[in-house]
Amino acid sequence: MPVTDITKDAERRTLVITAEFAAPVERVWALYDDPRQLEQVWGPPEYPATFVDHLLSAGSRSTYFMTSPEGERFAGYWDITGVERPVRFTFRDGFATADLTPDPNLPVSENEFAFAPTPTGTRAVYTSTFGSAEALEKVLEMGMEEGARTAIDQIDGFLAGSARPV
Amino acid sequence: MFHALSDRTRRDILRRVLAGEHSVTALAARYQMSFAAVQKHVAVLERAGLLTKRRSGREQLASGDVQAVRSVASMLDELEAVWRGRVARIDALLT
Repeated sequence: MPVTDITKDAERRTLVITAEFAAPVERVWALYDDPRQLEQVWGPPEYPATFVDHLLSAGSRSTYFMTSPEGERFAGYWDITGVERPVRFTFRDGFATADLTPDPNLPVSENEFAFAPTPTGTRAVYTSTFGSAEALEKVLEMGMEEGARTAIDQIDGFLAGSARPV
Repeated sequence: MFHALSDRTRRDILRRVLAGEHSVTALAARYQMSFAAVQKHVAVLERAGLLTKRRSGREQLASGDVQAVRSVASMLDELEAVWRGRVARIDALLT
C-alpha cells in the first residue's frame, strides 16, 4: 500500500501523510513540476483539476480550478513559499474567486511536500496545517467532499498499478 | 475545538463523560490536581461544545456531546480520505 503512515495532530490541526512510491525522487518531483501531471492527481476523478499557471519556484503563484460533474468551477491557488529541488517545497493553498483571484475571506492551509530516496523508490511526506478548526471545516465543506469516493479511487489506483506489464 | 482536545487530562475527562454523566466532584477525585484545575478543564470542554453541564442540587453534572466529538474526528478523517485518494492517483500515475 502506498500510504504507510498517517498522523493526525488535533492540537496543531495538522495532517501528515507518509507514502512510499516505487519511483525515484526525481520522477516524483517531475510530477509536481509538470502542471499536466499534477492536475491528474490533485482533484478526484469526478472533480478534475486544471492548472492555469504553475511554476515550482519560490514566490510564484499557481492557479487552478476544479470542475464539478455539473460543470461548476471551484478555483484555488498555491503561493509557493520555498523550493529545494528535488526534495522539498512549501506552499500556501487557498481558495480563489472565479477569475482566479485569491479570496482573502476563505481559509488557507500551510503545506510541506517532502521527498526522500529509499532503497525501493521514494518516501513522500505531505504535511497540511490549518489555522483553525473553522478553517479545516470550511476546506472540507468546499469541494473536498471526496471521502466516500476514496475507496473506489484506491481500488482504481491499485488495478492500474497491478495491471501494468512487469 | 481542537484546543479543547489538545490536553491529555481533558481527553481523559471527555472519555469518562462520553461514557456517562459524572459529577465534577467525582471527576476531580480521579486526578492529581486541584478541584479548580479540573473545573477549568471541564469549562474548556464546555466552551468547545464537547461537554454539557447541568445542576442537580449542589452538584454539577457533566456529560459528553458524542455528536460534537465525532465531528472533530471526522473532519480529520475526511481530510485523510482526500489524501488517500491523491496518493492512490500518484501511485497509479508513477507506476
